[in-house]
Amino acid sequence: MGLIEKFFALLEPQHWGVHPDDHKRPAADAPLRSLPLPERLYIPLQQHIGAAARPIVLVGQSVLKGQLLAEAQGATSAAIHASTSGTVAAIGDVTAPHPSGLPFAAITLAADGDDRWADTGTAVDPFALPPPEVARRVAAAGVVGLGGATFPSALKLGLGLKAEIHTLIINGGECEPYLSCDDRLMRDFATETVDGIRIMLHATGAKQALVGIEDNKPEAIAAMTAAAQGYSEIAIRPVPARYPMGSEKHLFSELTGTEVPADGRTTDLGALVHNVGTAWAVHEALRNNRPLVERIVTVNGGAVARPGNIRVPVGALVEDVLAFVGLREEPARLVMGGPMMGSLLPHRRVPVVKGSSGILALTAVEAAGFDPGPCIRCSSCVRACPVGLLPLEMSARIANGDLDGAVAFGLKDCIACGCCSFVCPSRIPLVHYFNHAKGELAAQGRAQLRNEAAKRLVAARAERLERDAREKAEVAARRKAERAAAKAAEAARSAAASSEATT
Amino acid sequence: MISESASLAAAAPIASPHAHAGGRVSLVMLKVMAALAPATLFGFWLYGWPAIHLWLITVLFALLGEAFSLRVMGRRALPVLMDGSALLTGWLLALSLPPWAPWWIGATGGLFATIVAKQLFGGLGQNLFNPAMVARVALLISFPVAMTQWTAPLPLGSAGAPDFIHGLQITLGGLGAKSQLDAVSSATLLGHAKTELSRGLDLFHSLAGEHAPTLSPVGARAGSLGETSALLIAAGGIAMIFMGLISWHIPLAMLAAIAVPAAIGHAVDPARHLDAASHVLSGAAMLGAFFIATDYVTSPNTRTGQLVFGAGCGFLTWVIRTWGGYPEGVAFAVLLMNALTPAIDRLLKPRIYGRDRKGRPREPAP
Repeated sequence: MGLIEKFFALLEPQHWGVHPDDHKRPAADAPLRSLPLPERLYIPLQQHIGAAARPIVLVGQSVLKGQLLAEAQGATSAAIHASTSGTVAAIGDVTAPHPSGLPFAAITLAADGDDRWADTGTAVDPFALPPPEVARRVAAAGVVGLGGATFPSALKLGLGLKAEIHTLIINGGECEPYLSCDDRLMRDFATETVDGIRIMLHATGAKQALVGIEDNKPEAIAAMTAAAQGYSEIAIRPVPARYPMGSEKHLFSELTGTEVPADGRTTDLGALVHNVGTAWAVHEALRNNRPLVERIVTVNGGAVARPGNIRVPVGALVEDVLAFVGLREEPARLVMGGPMMGSLLPHRRVPVVKGSSGILALTAVEAAGFDPGPCIRCSSCVRACPVGLLPLEMSARIANGDLDGAVAFGLKDCIACGCCSFVCPSRIPLVHYFNHAKGELAAQGRAQLRNEAAKRLVAARAERLERDAREKAEVAARRKAERAAAKAAEAARSAAASSEATT
Repeated sequence: MISESASLAAAAPIASPHAHAGGRVSLVMLKVMAALAPATLFGFWLYGWPAIHLWLITVLFALLGEAFSLRVMGRRALPVLMDGSALLTGWLLALSLPPWAPWWIGATGGLFATIVAKQLFGGLGQNLFNPAMVARVALLISFPVAMTQWTAPLPLGSAGAPDFIHGLQITLGGLGAKSQLDAVSSATLLGHAKTELSRGLDLFHSLAGEHAPTLSPVGARAGSLGETSALLIAAGGIAMIFMGLISWHIPLAMLAAIAVPAAIGHAVDPARHLDAASHVLSGAAMLGAFFIATDYVTSPNTRTGQLVFGAGCGFLTWVIRTWGGYPEGVAFAVLLMNALTPAIDRLLKPRIYGRDRKGRPREPAP
């Protein structure tokens, strides 16, 4: 840090982020429950970043729990398994867990009620396996990042091996208010999670693992510390509770004291970040040969009668989950994920997927919205922004259609955490503007690529036509010349013949 | 542009976050008014009924100006008036006026503040200059006599203090009625010092006289309606800092930038320069530092920018008071720095995570 940098740091310490009311208790303290098996499960083919999985079962086929339903296709994809035993009832469209309510492909499973596991082979000692084999098994189990990004975990493990990382950062931050699924997991499955972390250390070749847990989860910190005793390579590190502490780059900075360069990744600095839930899923995959077919979902919000954490099979409908916990009142808003970054649910017939950390049924008071007013330039958003952007300047430009202006103010560095909207006294949906602008820029980028491709095609066609014409002309000319030559020869011959005849 | 962006936002679907910290613009304005109340009530007590009438008239006309502008634009006035910003503008302007100024001073100022200085720029959040200070300066330049007629304190209930009706006569009758009360007219410390210096009388002599104005942190002195009680204004300002409405950067930088040059000047040439305490406790310095310069709309976004801005306001105030034609310079200083605010915001952006101050990606640490 230069002298000028130090001076600025002195003037403006980075008090990034916000402290929302966390609403985590009493849901976090309620014992873990299991959702009674629904009659039908709707298992989407795309529950991860990348290409959708390709179904390998047929309608009417009976399957066992944990049996492969759809295999990964392409470089970035993840396998999908049956969450229970039963019959494949349909392969078709269901509503996506997204505000658009658009349909996407899913396998509908009619449960037989036995919940019988497929024979998934015998477990082996993961530490006896070479690291790439561990990654292969993680891929086969369909494990994706359970923090919400749902990036296929095996790819990340492989990336770690290639990038020669030295530190594994395990994200137990869970900074989103209302959510406590990771908290519950760490309390109830600390040993399994720590074992998963050790397997991941082995799979990536990292020397140490730092587990960052927000200090508003003392029980989880205690349980994980106890479970990690005896493993000197695993350090449980309480971090201050502050949103968005669970952001990959921010947790990394909090634990290591360095920043990830813009446009870079933590792997550039020798660190790989994985969620605690992913560590548990890795444990299940390697030790028990069990693919990822269920997860812990926090069901919370003022409208929920018995809030808490529920083990939900992948593909169960939000409707089933809400019926299980009961509703105190008609929720004003249904959200999948946390309140800061979660998405509005179009209705209740939406399946729980691998990345679903929470289902929130918010009351009218909790979801209270006001009409947005003009910006008073109070710069609350500037101080809340964990990235150091000027949300008020960016939104003013986006509102006027000046996307380039917004980019100049750092739009592309925005992590969409929503801190700006959260604090704005004028209730301007700032982060919504930014997401819209990013989408618009992406569309423009694609359109530009398309235009360039079209231009190239047009140019190629013109060139081809020209070449064809040229070739045709050449051929024609050649033929003409040949014909002329033939004619001349003919003429010569006939002339010779006639002269012969006359002589 | 405002309406366009507002309608764009209103048409947007419900998006995350699905939680809010709870702040609202009207709540912010209400809290600022609450912080302003002690100094205002003290001014009412100190200068009596004429001051109360003037305050009411100024606020009323500021609201009328806002409502008129909105109606002309074909918008509904009431929802906008409810945000409290026009009321606060009128309030701040009233506090900066001579307490016994005639009604048309408050009326013209109130209308000017909201119509010309605020709505013509595009309304709340769009004005480059502080509306209350624009109006004050406009009044000062247009009506220099009425704007510099100070009254000695004549607290409510004290002997000779005007009652409600008499107060109304003073405010509505203007200079005519007030001329009967010449006995109570008085000079401010800054005004007195400037006048005497321009007559060639140095501070040792001008401030030694028995009628010379004195300092009063409590505020029992001649001055603008709500600017005299440095203590109550500072208390309100500090309350705002604790409520998280403003930060300490602008007030501290501004007061320090008045006090430090003043102290140096006084040390070098005490005959021509008032001391630091006189500068800080006189005129609009306190009100300016806590309530005027801290206006969100017209001050910079970042803490560093706010320090620069506050320091500029303070230093310019001292310069204008010392060498300018007017005895007081807070309004001019704030307006000059308002003009610089966009430049300060452009130059002093926060550092983006993973980038250096110039916006280039940081080099990974070795």
